[in-house]
Parts: sequence; structure tokens; C-alpha cells
Amino acid sequence: MRSFWRVFFVGGVISYRALFNWISPVMYVTTMLGSPFFQVLFFAYLGRFSRLQDDTFFVVGNGVQISAMAAIYGMTMGIANERNFQTLSPLLATPANRLALFLGRALPQIASGLFVSAFGFGIGLLLLDFHLGWSQVPPLALVLVVTVSSCTCFGLLLGSIGLRARDVFFISNLVYFLMLLFCGVNLPLDALPGWMSAIGRCLPLTHGIEAARAIARGAALGDVSGLIVTEAAIGVVYASVAFGLFRYFEYEGRRRASLETM
Amino acid sequence: MFEAGARPGTLLYVALGAGLMGVWSSTLFGAGGAIQWQRWQGTLELTVSAPTPFLLVMIPMTISAASIGLYSIAATLFWGRVFFGVPLHLVHPWLFALALPATLLGLGLLGLVMASTFILYRQASAFQNLLEYPVWLITGLLVPLALLPGWVAPIGWVLSPYWGMRAVRESALGGDALVPIGMCVGLAAVYLVLGAIFLANFERLARKHATLSLT
Repeated sequence: MRSFWRVFFVGGVISYRALFNWISPVMYVTTMLGSPFFQVLFFAYLGRFSRLQDDTFFVVGNGVQISAMAAIYGMTMGIANERNFQTLSPLLATPANRLALFLGRALPQIASGLFVSAFGFGIGLLLLDFHLGWSQVPPLALVLVVTVSSCTCFGLLLGSIGLRARDVFFISNLVYFLMLLFCGVNLPLDALPGWMSAIGRCLPLTHGIEAARAIARGAALGDVSGLIVTEAAIGVVYASVAFGLFRYFEYEGRRRASLETM
Repeated sequence: MFEAGARPGTLLYVALGAGLMGVWSSTLFGAGGAIQWQRWQGTLELTVSAPTPFLLVMIPMTISAASIGLYSIAATLFWGRVFFGVPLHLVHPWLFALALPATLLGLGLLGLVMASTFILYRQASAFQNLLEYPVWLITGLLVPLALLPGWVAPIGWVLSPYWGMRAVRESALGGDALVPIGMCVGLAAVYLVLGAIFLANFERLARKHATLSLT
């Protein structure tokens, strides 16, 4: 059991450090904070121009969505890079518990995603017409924890696909930007065609953003509990499928001696 | 596009802006990383050591990277026409035909400046990620500059996407497109001079410190 937690925590932290060891803090700031900073401003001003919704709508939508920088890109790289950097075979040769190995990589990304998200809300509070009372902070924080975790589970799925796919980073890029459209980040879900909103409801972020918007507009936690539970359930489903794929690709990779075949 | 389209003229305005956003993205990542990409592929030493001036090798690469963005304009106008009924009536079609290559020239040579400066920094890809949204914002591709704080506009004036956007929009929607077209060409000349200086500096430093192939 001790070994499980060691792999979970220490392994996860080392994996996260490996992800950022080839860059300086400048790169973290420009990529994880700089780009989201301008994303929030861009869509808020676009909203003002289109008169589609107020600043709160865009700050909350983008404030939650920018956590996908860590959840999608970070998580995809956290797993798929093992193959790209040819470290997958030594890793899988160890007797380490696979579940600890797998989930441990998600924890730092969840923390990073929450930090980026909080930064996005801070931008809204400081520079845009967005207001949040102290009483709204705890329920909003809970929604963010659930949503970022759920989105990270989706990232785990993409990372697992990266154990087999030749160019998973193309997929993660595509997914990140499609989530802007399908998850109701900058458009109300009911403004989308039915098939698009149906896909959006099967993705992480969608219900979390809806819950966060309701809380920002004064709803109580109990009013959005259904949305939070749905968001969490979506995350559990993606995590289960992701772990299944991870084990399957590991088994197939061993069987066909193709673990690190590019 | 869903809601803003209710105002006359807005749909084509937005469609052209969205198309040019794609041109900027392809310039930023394609042209901005042109030298870095050669370095990763191991072809940088060969092109630098060839008798052809390195500048002449780089110019077509950066302009072609910007030209890939033409797909974004074509695709956005196509989607707009087919799915959203965006009218494609161009007020000055000949000026529009002139505005597009002038815009691509301006952006391509801005890409040359970026390629020759980004190469000096290991974290250049982070700056590429950083620069996508702010340039979309401060050059008025979708949001009119009048909505932004007053100090933002002068930054946009030295960037070719701002004039390219004006050239394309004013030729399509009506207005004086010749001035922005001229500004695109003028800025392209300035970027060419800057790019040549930066590139020569990069080549000199790389030869001096033997860092041409280092990533």
C-alpha cells in the first residue's frame, strides 16, 4: 500500500517535473498564464462587440475552459511523451502499480489546471466587468475541482490513445479548440444545433461551466448539484475507459513488441 | 456569428476577420518557427552553408507559410456562405484581389522578422503560443479597436495584420482600400530590412559560437 502511494505522489510529481524540466519558468508563465490571459480578454471583448452576453458569461466560460491547457495538453504529454522520449519500456518493465502510475500523473495537472483557472477568474475580477462575492467562492471552487478533474480524466484518455496513435498532439490540439465550440464556452448551448449540443453534453466542462455560471449569478450549491454530479460522472467514465485503453495498449505493445514503435 | 449576424454587414465583417485570424496563426507558427524547424530537421547547416544567401532561402518559406492561411479565408467564406448564408458581394473585387497578396506579403515578411528573432531564444515556442490571441485582439481582426483602450491602437499600427485586415475589409465592404494596401507593402519593406539585419546577426552569432545546430 505504501508503494502505491509512493508511485502515486512521487511518481506523479516527477512526471510533472519531467514535463517542464526542459523549459524555464518563463515558458510556464507564457504558455500556461499568458495565453489564457489573452484568451479571456479576447472573448470578453468579442462578447461586448457582438452584444451576445455580458462579461460574466465569457469570464466564467473561459475561466473554466482554460484549465484544459493543463488537463488536455499536460495530461496527453504526461502519458504520450513516455513513448516519444523512449522511456515507456523501462517504465512498464517496473512492477509499479499501474493505477497509481496512471492516476498519479493526473494529480499535478489537476492542481495546475485549478491554478490557471483561478488566474483566469482573477483577470475577470481585475480587468473586466465581473464580480464575485466571498460567499460564492467555496461553491465555485468545488465546481472547479470537479470540472478540472473531469477534464483531466478526458486528457488521460487522449494520453492513452497516444500510446498507440502516431500523432496524438494533433488530436489534443483539435480537441482543445473543439471544446471551445461544443462545451458552451462562448456560446449558449441552446444556440448550437442539436447534434452539437448533444456532443457537448457528453464532454467534460459543459456541465461544469453551466454550474459555474449559475453560481456566479447567485445560485446556491444545491441548485447545481445535479450538474456537478453529472460532470463528475462524465469524468469517471472517461477515466475508466482511459485506464482500460492504457492496459490494453500495454498488453498489445508487449505482445507485438511495439511499445515504442513510432 | 449566430447573434451578431442580426446586424447588417456584420456577417461578412466577421467572416473576413475569422479568415485572417487563420492567416495570422499560420504565419506565427509556420513562418515564426521556420528556422527552428530546419534546425530540428538537421537541414539548417546545409542551407546556411549553401552559396545562396540565407535571406533568399527564408523569404519564400515565410511567405508560403502565410499563404497557407489563404485556406482559412477560403474555408471561412465557404462555411459562411453555405451554413450561415453570409452574402459574398464584394464592393471592390479588383481591390480585394490586390489586398489579399499585399496582406500575405506583409504577414509573410513579418514572419521573417519573427523567425530571425525567435531563433535566438530556446523558449520561442512559448512566445508563439502567447502571441496568437493578443494580435487577434490588437489588430482589430474581430473586435473593433474603438472598443479597446486608446493605447492599444498605436501597437496595431506597426503590425501588418491590422493594415491587411483593413485592406481586405474595405475592399470587400466598401471604403478606401488603397491606403491600407500601400501600408501593407510599406510595412513589408520595413520588415524585409529588419529581417535581413536580424538574420545576418543570427548567422554571425551562430557561426561565432558554433551554435547553428544546437536546439
